[in-house]
Amino acid sequence: MDSITNSIKKRDHDPKISGRAKYVDDLRFEGMLYGKILRSTIACGIIKGIHIPDLPSGYTIVDKNDVPGVNFVHVVDDDTPVFSDGTVNYVGEPILMVVGEDQKVLKQILSEIIVDYEEAEPVLDMMKSETVFYHYGYTKGNPEKAFREADKIIDETFHTGYQEHVYMEVQGMIGFYENGKSIVRGSMQCPYYVHTAVKKVMGAQTDQEVEVIQEEMGGAFGGKEDYPSILGSQVAVAAKKVGRPVKCVLEREEDIICTSKRHPATMRYRAAIKDNRVAAIQADVVYNCGAYTTLSPVVLQRGLIGATGVYTFDNIRVEGKGVKTNTTPNGAFRGFGGPQTFFAIEMFMNHLAKEVGSDPLPFKRSYLSKQGDITATNGKYHFYIPMPEMLEKILKASDYEQKYESYKRQTGRYRKGIGLSMVYHGCGFTGSGERDMIKGVVKLHKNVNNTVEILTAGTDMGQGLKTTFSKIVAKRLEIPIDQIIIRNPDTDRVPNSGPTAASRSLMVVGRLLDKAALKLKECWVDEEEQEITERYVHPDFVIPWDLNTFQGDAYPDNAWSVNVVEVEVDTLTAVSKVIGAWGVYDVGTPIDMAIIQGQMQGGFLQGIGYGSIELMDVNEKGIIRNNTLSDYIIPTAMDVPHLETDVVNFPYIEGPFGGKGAGELPAVGGAPAYVSAMESALGKNLYKTPFSQEDAMKILEEIKK
Amino acid sequence: MSNGISFILNGEKVVSKGKSGDRLLDILRDEFNLTGTKCGCKEGECGACSVLIDGKLANSCMVALGSIVDSEVVTIEGYSRTKRFQVLSDAYAEFSAVQCGFCIPGMVLASEALLSKNPHPNESEIREGISGNLCRCTGYNAIVHAIQTASEKGAGLW
Repeated sequence: MDSITNSIKKRDHDPKISGRAKYVDDLRFEGMLYGKILRSTIACGIIKGIHIPDLPSGYTIVDKNDVPGVNFVHVVDDDTPVFSDGTVNYVGEPILMVVGEDQKVLKQILSEIIVDYEEAEPVLDMMKSETVFYHYGYTKGNPEKAFREADKIIDETFHTGYQEHVYMEVQGMIGFYENGKSIVRGSMQCPYYVHTAVKKVMGAQTDQEVEVIQEEMGGAFGGKEDYPSILGSQVAVAAKKVGRPVKCVLEREEDIICTSKRHPATMRYRAAIKDNRVAAIQADVVYNCGAYTTLSPVVLQRGLIGATGVYTFDNIRVEGKGVKTNTTPNGAFRGFGGPQTFFAIEMFMNHLAKEVGSDPLPFKRSYLSKQGDITATNGKYHFYIPMPEMLEKILKASDYEQKYESYKRQTGRYRKGIGLSMVYHGCGFTGSGERDMIKGVVKLHKNVNNTVEILTAGTDMGQGLKTTFSKIVAKRLEIPIDQIIIRNPDTDRVPNSGPTAASRSLMVVGRLLDKAALKLKECWVDEEEQEITERYVHPDFVIPWDLNTFQGDAYPDNAWSVNVVEVEVDTLTAVSKVIGAWGVYDVGTPIDMAIIQGQMQGGFLQGIGYGSIELMDVNEKGIIRNNTLSDYIIPTAMDVPHLETDVVNFPYIEGPFGGKGAGELPAVGGAPAYVSAMESALGKNLYKTPFSQEDAMKILEEIKK
Repeated sequence: MSNGISFILNGEKVVSKGKSGDRLLDILRDEFNLTGTKCGCKEGECGACSVLIDGKLANSCMVALGSIVDSEVVTIEGYSRTKRFQVLSDAYAEFSAVQCGFCIPGMVLASEALLSKNPHPNESEIREGISGNLCRCTGYNAIVHAIQTASEKGAGLW
């Protein structure tokens, strides 16, 4: 094992476990007031009037008229209002904020405000939406010809549902306005995203007029990528109006109603079969964006790039739309558009295997991508793909093949099933994003006492970035880790190394730190202040990406995984339980084994939750029905009692000490492995996630007929 | 007539200015500034606000102040001064079981509640023991292993 892989005590362990670490809700400042947001109770309509009761002294209403700059939050595009401009497009849309000292009084005021709406018919079904925010497509080979010449065409449609992040810490921000400067601090993945958004909203002319500071973050999983720009803008506007700090921490129910989730998707897949082989795949994908665009274009792009999974086919047509509905805007969630299409292709491949008289594993194996193959977007798999090694490990650990065979012929009340999925996650920003948009910069600052401070915009949301960044720099400089300083980022102090997203931090930012450390080592002078700046350089080998045609290398490299889930179903009650889960991952060289294991286990369990119990839907009024932790269920320690993870170590040449993207990968393969296991137990093709107990009951009743 | 509701907080007798129906969680965080007790849901589902009341694990968001008169309440701030905490903390560190950290104060107190009742739990007893405390980061394995390790290394303490 590489020495860097050996685990160390996490650098934020002591303050967090002792309860000393301060999260945004734990912070209080002199003169601080609270803000509570009035939100739309209807999914679509126009506000005809707002009746506000007489406010007690010291209480203030903040709305669109108080926005000094533009009343839109910049995410990718600029269509998300800070406060409603007179129309509302989803239940939960912010209309105004009430600010004051006592939160109970704020709640009372909110309950007394009456909003007159002129209601319009909301669009809730994504398949009926006529507003297409984004539409992309690409072709490889000649799929038309392959479909024309096919022996048969298999045509199936898959559905994936919402997934709610359930970071344990709800979203929260505090805004300040001091001497002409807006300061925002709180729970966020991407301080510079918030900075850009707040600058526009506040009408600031210079970067120095806005400062954004990250506090300890109680989980994020993508959920704190775009939403903090919205809440951050709102508290910044409020703080300027009242001239005092304003804290707004959401309630759990409010957080579930109004913050982003994983996009529900409907995906039609067709395969042209010729001589019992897949001659072509066509995928037509629709993602439900919700009411505003937020991060949807990039989420959809990633979903489409991965639409044919880990397999290489000669002829492919992929088309995808991101459509508007009158529901909460959806956004980033670990996997970022990948889990939807990977679910579809994995299930589709199971079904195609049966169509040609094969079992899923040998069938899938015969299409696995290898180094040198042409990708779906006519890029190239530049590096060795360690699927053979990973399969060997997982088949041995799970005894998949023997079990799959024996579960074909079961009788009796309790039936077992086993399923396998193979997925990848592209590391870093899609396409040339790192080079053209992010342009990451890092700094190392050496103090006179020979301590070295890491200066990046990277945030630690639990994934261990403070520890892994410190390890990289300490190892390269050959100094003890205690000599490394790393704090939560403050945009006044750190350069823009890019967002903490896209499984890019360790691979891209960590690599920049490694290079900076090497430079510092070469010019190191004891007891002298020194500073090194390092800027991103795109790897030479990458085939340039063209977003207009979806051609080229979508990612410099991918992280790969194989997942197996074993279940037992009670055919009388439809109650199912997971009796085993195994995952094997290729994340380059692990920079810290315990951290990587924790990432893989946590992500895998989220993926199994997505496949099984994490159900969320919207009623006919556009209201999310599962808006509490009593109604939206995530796995407890008892739900998957046996979960094993392992890694293979194939160093990535462009990563620091061989490491590459890891954070999102484990969340991609859990759902297809789980639903495949349910297929194996029930002996029926399945098409949706989450596949709930009720879904199993329906299938069992069909079988009985 | 006393002027407030009194209880023992981390070993010291305190008198709260709160009302009988106030949530213990809010009293701990707002009146006593003990912010190690976290709020995750206010409906008793997540366990982030777990404290020990007379040695038993409780979600402090579901406890009315009036129901704990003269009881002994231990939060992470008090517990973190004990030897048992140190053993648990070392074991959690060994497995990097602390990710975002938000569930962890409650999880540590759940670990204590379990070990004080059952000093040598097996894996399924540990999983049951922490099943009222949600963690979205770890997948629970590291926490389970940490409790097993603490149980071994802390022999005699529980």
